[in-house]
Amino acid sequence: MQIRFWGTRGSLPAPLTTDAIRVKLAAALTAAQNVRLETPAAIDDFIAQLPFSVSGTFGGDSSCVEIIDNEDNHVICDLGSGARRYGAEMLRRHGPEQPQTYHVFMSHLHWDHIMGFPFFTPAFIPGNRILIHGCHPNLEAAFRRQHGAPSFPVDFNQLPASIEFVQLQPGVSADIAGYRITPLLQRHAGDSSGYRFEKTGKCVVYSTDSEHRTENTRETEAFAAFFRNADLVIFDAMYSLADAVSVKEDWGHSSNIIGVELCQLAGAKRLCLFHHEPVFGDIQLEDILRQTRRLEEITRDGAPLEIISAWDGLVVDL
Amino acid sequence: MEVGVERRGNARVIAVKGRIDHLNASAFHEQLTPHLQHCRSNGDGIVLDLSALDYISSAGLRIFMMAAKQARAQGGRIAVAQMQALVQEIFEISHFHLVYEIFTTTDEAVAALNRQPETAGT
Repeated sequence: MQIRFWGTRGSLPAPLTTDAIRVKLAAALTAAQNVRLETPAAIDDFIAQLPFSVSGTFGGDSSCVEIIDNEDNHVICDLGSGARRYGAEMLRRHGPEQPQTYHVFMSHLHWDHIMGFPFFTPAFIPGNRILIHGCHPNLEAAFRRQHGAPSFPVDFNQLPASIEFVQLQPGVSADIAGYRITPLLQRHAGDSSGYRFEKTGKCVVYSTDSEHRTENTRETEAFAAFFRNADLVIFDAMYSLADAVSVKEDWGHSSNIIGVELCQLAGAKRLCLFHHEPVFGDIQLEDILRQTRRLEEITRDGAPLEIISAWDGLVVDL
Repeated sequence: MEVGVERRGNARVIAVKGRIDHLNASAFHEQLTPHLQHCRSNGDGIVLDLSALDYISSAGLRIFMMAAKQARAQGGRIAVAQMQALVQEIFEISHFHLVYEIFTTTDEAVAALNRQPETAGT
């Protein structure tokens, strides 16, 4: 199983700016002083040893994550702005002549999680089938409203693909697209759903837009069970803990600290920090990753938990 | 987790021993609450002596945040002192070092909280 991240930013897309690129260039050129860069291989090697915040970017598209077990089984979580590039890649790979079926699992219906759908090219191709799964009763209404005038020029009824909405129930497992899928109700304005995907002994949990009250023992143990022994937990780590329990309390998001705690309780193998705060630049996000790894190290009580941070384009093998 | 209280001048020194996690954070909150009521302007300051605190989880830190908010709202002062290295790192990673006054020793914290605030000139 593979996980490919198409959009990792929380709340709002956050494009890289010219100023931010100049900072990266200046850092790279400074590091290049007295380094011989006479061949393409030497340049590649030099780039590879730069910090990720200099050589790359976490990216700016909002939530969209692909779960891959084979090239013809299309499973994605959320349709944030990252869905635009995902749709373009599907069109490039399969062309307009080969109808495809897409299974989408919606965490919830806030703008940053649906805004990519009007630009999701598979919806504009006849013969394609798109099944949008979720636990919210107003799933279809939210998508139709987004396409309505005056917000978008193409009405939902004009989309040529077959689009179906599938109601799921929190806590009730379903077998879909070859996966055993279990949704869980999460604390967020208007509710959100996490999803546990299991197939052939592998497990990934997608748990974004979820605020946690870890002093609530029952709730904490429910999430630990939801994350139990997962190969990868994709976790909303938008805020620092201090912000999450003070000025941003009830904003519906979590922190790196709680991600580590829940994954440690669950015996998960890997934690992926996700739904990055749009205000944070690459240096800050890299610093959060470093601090989170340190937290895991100093609080470890058992097998190590690997910590990674999602970026647009990251592919994780499970 | 054990809590001990000692009065030193206008400061209540609350020593916390062991671990605070999701299993006992509520119990810690219950033990702290009676003292927080007195943490107000012209009342007592609170020093949380963390020299014997081995670990604190997010659930415990939430109680620390509630305590800081309540003390501040009442015009009182609350500080932490003598943190072990691990707890200090957790404070920094969680950004709680931006929430609390932190002192290296309990004596320094008590002295700071007992010091009369400077009065404005007339």
